[in-house]
Amino acid sequence: MEHIGFGALPYDFAHLLGGVMLLLSFTLLTQRRISATIATYAAQALTLAVAACWQGWVQNEPALYVTGAIAFVAKGVFIPLMLQRSLARLHLRGAREEAMGIFASMALGVALVVLSIMVVLPTTMQAGALTREDLALALSVVLLGLLMMITRRTAFTQVIGFMSLENGLILAAVGVAGMPLVVELSVAVLVLVGFVVFGAFLKRMDTHFHSLDTSVLDQVASENR
Amino acid sequence: MSGILLQGLMTVMAVLLLAIPLLSFRAPRLGFLAACVTCATGAVIDLVFLFQGAAPAVLTVPFGLAGQSTVLSIDGLSALFVLLVMLAGAMASLALRDDHGHPIATAPAVSLFIGAMLLCLLAADAFALVAGFELMSVASFILVVTNHRDHQVQEAGRLYIGMAVLSGLCLIAAVALLAPHGASFSAMRASPPTPGVAAIVLILAMVGPGSKAGLVPLHVWLPPAHAAAPAPVSALMSGAMTKVALYVLIRLLFDLVGPGIAPWWGLPLIALGIASAVLGALRANMEIDIKKVLACSTIENVGLVAIGLGVALAARGADLTALSSLAAGGALLHTLSHGGFKTLLFLASGSIQYGAGSRSLESLGGLIKRMPITAGVMILAAMSLAGLPPSAGFASEWTLFQSVIAAVRLGGLAWQVMSVVLAATLALATALAAAAAVRLVGVVLLGRPRSQGAAEAVEAGPPLRWAMLLSALGVGFVGLFPGVMLWFSDPAMSVIVHGTMLDRIGYLGFTATSDSAGYAPIFTLGLIAIVMAVIWAVLRAKAVPGHRAAPLWDCGFGDPPPWQPFGDPLAQYSGASFGQPLRRMLGTTLLAAREKVDLPLPGDTRPASIVVTLNDPAEAWLLEPIGRLRAIISGMADRVHFMTVRQALTLMVALLVGLLLFIATVEQL
Repeated sequence: MEHIGFGALPYDFAHLLGGVMLLLSFTLLTQRRISATIATYAAQALTLAVAACWQGWVQNEPALYVTGAIAFVAKGVFIPLMLQRSLARLHLRGAREEAMGIFASMALGVALVVLSIMVVLPTTMQAGALTREDLALALSVVLLGLLMMITRRTAFTQVIGFMSLENGLILAAVGVAGMPLVVELSVAVLVLVGFVVFGAFLKRMDTHFHSLDTSVLDQVASENR
Repeated sequence: MSGILLQGLMTVMAVLLLAIPLLSFRAPRLGFLAACVTCATGAVIDLVFLFQGAAPAVLTVPFGLAGQSTVLSIDGLSALFVLLVMLAGAMASLALRDDHGHPIATAPAVSLFIGAMLLCLLAADAFALVAGFELMSVASFILVVTNHRDHQVQEAGRLYIGMAVLSGLCLIAAVALLAPHGASFSAMRASPPTPGVAAIVLILAMVGPGSKAGLVPLHVWLPPAHAAAPAPVSALMSGAMTKVALYVLIRLLFDLVGPGIAPWWGLPLIALGIASAVLGALRANMEIDIKKVLACSTIENVGLVAIGLGVALAARGADLTALSSLAAGGALLHTLSHGGFKTLLFLASGSIQYGAGSRSLESLGGLIKRMPITAGVMILAAMSLAGLPPSAGFASEWTLFQSVIAAVRLGGLAWQVMSVVLAATLALATALAAAAAVRLVGVVLLGRPRSQGAAEAVEAGPPLRWAMLLSALGVGFVGLFPGVMLWFSDPAMSVIVHGTMLDRIGYLGFTATSDSAGYAPIFTLGLIAIVMAVIWAVLRAKAVPGHRAAPLWDCGFGDPPPWQPFGDPLAQYSGASFGQPLRRMLGTTLLAAREKVDLPLPGDTRPASIVVTLNDPAEAWLLEPIGRLRAIISGMADRVHFMTVRQALTLMVALLVGLLLFIATVEQL
């Protein structure tokens, strides 16, 4: 396990899956159409499911199949379906939204990826190559999720950014051998709870302000000052 | 034998820290009596230790902070300060029994305060030292805010606790720097710090324990806190607590830093000492509240001790043993005498505050007739404050002066010039202190009462009276037998400067160097008595027999009119008038004193007024910038509080990215 490196199939395939997730993160960052954003998120979650199962096979760890199954069912199918439904209910299907310019967000994203590689690779000298590359990719996905949360304007896409961030966390968790299943399960439950809370929040925000733009919240806050 | 005595002192400490506070919750006055008896016991044990030759002893107590054992020890240095703290503690506890039926609400903190000071003195590891120091700060803070409903007391308490936190942090940092190989003092001595670390410890010690002792520029807490606390507590704070802070300073700089002392080490202490001495003495001439006058004089006296310590440090760095022991002896002797006479003065101020109903110089006067005991002890203590022979203050200031004059031998031209300047400023400071003492005695005790309360003043009750008389006995002993006190200090000197003054001490007096003239108070007293007797006899012989009363020109200050039985207060010199020449001469530059005279035109019936404002430089240059900084920081915190959602998210991400950048940079290096 420790000596799996470049050129060996377990390493290459895991690396490929992580790369795909990172690519999808960049797509999320620049995608303006909300329904396409949800689809991209679903694709990222499905990739995560595959990556978890692959790690389960490589590490011979049956618990990771459970993680993969959760990722597939909850994040790959259930959450995107619910998001699409609420999108339809809010009459936002086909809506586009304003965001930071594509070049600027791409440049920032690339800078964050470089940063995460520069942080992770030197600090994890003792770990195996697979773990190190995986952690660097996962941290990149997390940072890109954060970036998406701050570059987007509506609460809807901010929620998606948050959940994409969580995908990065799970990717890191499955890449490290010996991470107990209970941690992954609790993170998954946390995300589901977060999803429910966000859903309720979005619904109320829509009924009260007829908008999902979080800047209306700032106006309310400044009125209450 | 020393081990048994140390165990005895530890028991005294445990009783003071645990048993008496619990007792004081139920029966405060019984608690004060118990504290007094316990402190007296501690003083006796300590005296036995000193008479036995002060052989050091160490005791390891199998419990303490951080799950470790606590190391206690006693040597000549700590024993000397223990004696002072125990005696001041006993006197203050006794005085607190004179409460006119209303024990102070914070009674349990009193014995906690004394016990914490004892812990600080007996500590022989970093944890115990810091614990004692912090407990001392907390207990004294509780005591300072005893009358917490008063707005000024609240302000003083806030300033005090802020300074206490600062000095505690600096002390923790200093001992942490000294203790890389173990927290006990023996481990610290075994691994002396490098010169760089030692210099940082010097700065931290002067900011931490130095501010607690009242060294300029961190002395700002001292006058308001001493004015706010009940008088016996002020006596403890001024007489004992500032001395414990000096002890910590001495322990850190002379003992624990050990061989890392260079001659220049004395300079910062000397500089701060001069500033404290001059500023404190000058302010003592300006303040109107008698407790603030006394507090400012504490700043001056701590400055004098710091000068002595600075000369001792420099001389030790230059290996001049005779000089360093002389300077250290002067500093220790002045610590003892100031601890005694300032305790006495604060007790007397408490007696005046209750007996005459005021602490303001503008409403006191003529108390010598109504409060003879208070007045008598106050004159005795004020003689020390003024440095008049044969008082305790004269003996110690004489020693300090001798060491400063001898400091020309420290080095080349620069040191010689510094020594001359030092001697001149020291003379200025003591002269100012003498002026302050004259003003205090003259305005408070002599003349005519300036208010109804002063005209009908009552003498202190028996407990306070006894406390003052016993303290006066102690101060008188120090004054008449400074040689004995220096003999007590000798073990301490061997700890801090590895020198001795035994070759220069006798029972009746002592000399500064082995071949110079010395000071023998008994003979000085005899000389003064002879001179007085001769003057009296001459006056008696030359006097015209018989006398008659004749009207004189009385400068408008005649007998009081019948409708004003205690005279017109405005016809007398007031405290402010006594201070005016000094205020105009030195105060305008050093204290930014300003006068605003409002003189109505002829025909206008409103009263004329003069408003004097003083500004301590430390407040303008230190406290106010800190206040502005605090306002800026809280403004920034406020902005964070009202950020929009996206701004808050961006801030968090920016912080995270900044942290990662930091890690990446560190990894690359």
